[in-house]
Amino acid sequence: MIKLLFRSLFRFLAYLLSFFQIKNKKIRELVYIIVFQLCLVFTFLTLLTLILRVIDESFGFVLTKNTKQVSEVFGETTDPNSLTKTQLINVMKDNMRRGTVRTLDTEKPLAQRTEENLLDLINEFVLEERVIKTWSLYESIFTLHSIRRIHESTPHSQLKFRNWINLTFLINKQSSFPEFTGIRSALLGSVFIVCIALAFSLPLGVASAVYLEEYATKNRLNSIIQTNIYNLTGIPSILYGILGLAIFVRLLLPLTQGRTILSAGLTLGLLCLPIIIINSQEAIKAVPNSLRNSSYGVGATKWQTVWHHVLPGSYERILTGVILAISRAIGETAPLVVVGAATFITTDPTGLFSKFTALPIQIYQWTARPQESYHHVAAAAIIILLFLIISLNSTAIILRKRVSQRKIEQ
Amino acid sequence: MKDSTSQFSIRTKHLSLFYDDARALKNINLSFHEKQVSALIGPSGCGKSTFLRCINRMNDLIQSVRIEGSVLLDDFDIYQAGVDPVKVRQHVGMVFQKPNPFPKSIYDNLAWGMKINGITGDYDELVEHNLKKAGLWEEVKNKLKSSALSLSGGQQQRLCIARAIAINPQIILMDEPTSALDPISTTIIENLIEELKQNYTIIIVTHNMQQAGRIADFTSFFLLGEVIEHGPTSQLFYNPENKKTEAYITGRFG
Repeated sequence: MIKLLFRSLFRFLAYLLSFFQIKNKKIRELVYIIVFQLCLVFTFLTLLTLILRVIDESFGFVLTKNTKQVSEVFGETTDPNSLTKTQLINVMKDNMRRGTVRTLDTEKPLAQRTEENLLDLINEFVLEERVIKTWSLYESIFTLHSIRRIHESTPHSQLKFRNWINLTFLINKQSSFPEFTGIRSALLGSVFIVCIALAFSLPLGVASAVYLEEYATKNRLNSIIQTNIYNLTGIPSILYGILGLAIFVRLLLPLTQGRTILSAGLTLGLLCLPIIIINSQEAIKAVPNSLRNSSYGVGATKWQTVWHHVLPGSYERILTGVILAISRAIGETAPLVVVGAATFITTDPTGLFSKFTALPIQIYQWTARPQESYHHVAAAAIIILLFLIISLNSTAIILRKRVSQRKIEQ
Repeated sequence: MKDSTSQFSIRTKHLSLFYDDARALKNINLSFHEKQVSALIGPSGCGKSTFLRCINRMNDLIQSVRIEGSVLLDDFDIYQAGVDPVKVRQHVGMVFQKPNPFPKSIYDNLAWGMKINGITGDYDELVEHNLKKAGLWEEVKNKLKSSALSLSGGQQQRLCIARAIAINPQIILMDEPTSALDPISTTIIENLIEELKQNYTIIIVTHNMQQAGRIADFTSFFLLGEVIEHGPTSQLFYNPENKKTEAYITGRFG
């Protein structure tokens, strides 16, 4: 299919060239090179645009307005930054509902918190600072003048440069205010799901690979199985979602309790399984036969050979495959939607049977909201997700390099 | 050289081997004397390595192989039903063409084989004993914990021999053990084989006819999956009965 596509592409190019009466071979060669380079540049530019766009959304000016003014809370002359801890706590106790103070105190005693943290809390609960308007990085740099004008025309407003990827964004739970919302539950959800998926698919996948490579006889049935495993890697992920819905959510309802993090993890485990099997098979194939021979030669059984020589000799490559499977699973959205990820959740996952959300779900949900501030939040979450996936993939590359280096040393 | 009282330690009867439908070994009847060195010579692809691998059932690991006939070790047929190939290999050690120590420490290379074979005793002592037998102890006694892959090719091959004798086999099979080594390492290993002969029955496949002449008591000449001639080495080399043997030994083909 691809071959055909390429061939027709070349035919088309050749036709173009003959059209332009280019007979000189050198010029022809040059045209081909230029076309290929253009393709490369186009691909690269697309990726670059994606990243630039996300970065553009993640930083920028925000215009905020307090519901209560600083002077009303602290008095006309005092600078809030110069107050001591006890003074700040008193301000909180005076202006906030008692229940809220108590909740915050049980989370972490107020006296043990830093001044900055207390100021943030006063901002959130007392002054009730709310975002009115946001700008992207590009706008912040190039339309600064008009931003200033809007700022001046809005009474009691503050203009701040905001980095949407900040610590509070990482550790806060979801909130209905974009400036206080965080990805904590989504991040934890993703980690839980990946752990469950791995706990399910790693042992199964490696065991299947060991069976197929070391034990299975080469017959028709096994080659059909092998072909199907290859096909499974190419199946659209939504189908895994539907499969997960049918098996884990509906059929195994008493075990998984329905739309829980366990069902989601197992569904993504199914998705990882063929990737892990194929990568482990390649890893096992790469173990030299001389090693197996020497093991059998001293009277080892098949299992002893596999356990003591084949698996230790291939674990780095297996790990590479596993990491690739994780990075696939961590970015997967469709199956989770089908299995029933919650779109708004303010609790962390606590066990196998809790409700859940995951990073890609959260991003999807934020981008779909009409408020512009949420798009900045979504962009920040995309950066976190990209960072996770890129670091996972680089680990895989580093591991693979280490393996090939070790090969050379031997 | 020929000891008339020595028993036959290994006998093959009507041994044939097929890769799918291709017959690689044709009706081989050979006997090997106990505690003697026997060499198998012949051109590439004549089946001598395949035959060697029949004696410790290594061919069982290849799926398409089918074997007919029997191999008797001390009158025990290792191809009769119910025999575990793993058990056979515990009695018949093997050294391969390319040195293939485990990617572990020198010590573990010997200890692992002993452990899985249930050999008990003081492993430090056993490792030392077997390394001494393989003539490697003096060179490695200070670095037993370092990787076996850090040794030279010749040392690695002697380590493989030590590993093979550590599990107390009666027979050692060697598949061109010196073909990947330099002349000095080759000489050391040939001397080692001479010494090991006192305790083990050794069958060695070699492409090097001088080597067969130097170390083997008996020699078999293989051609296209058949044994053309088998006899005491001096007889086979200086007074061959078969024209083909003579032609091969004098270098007219092969």
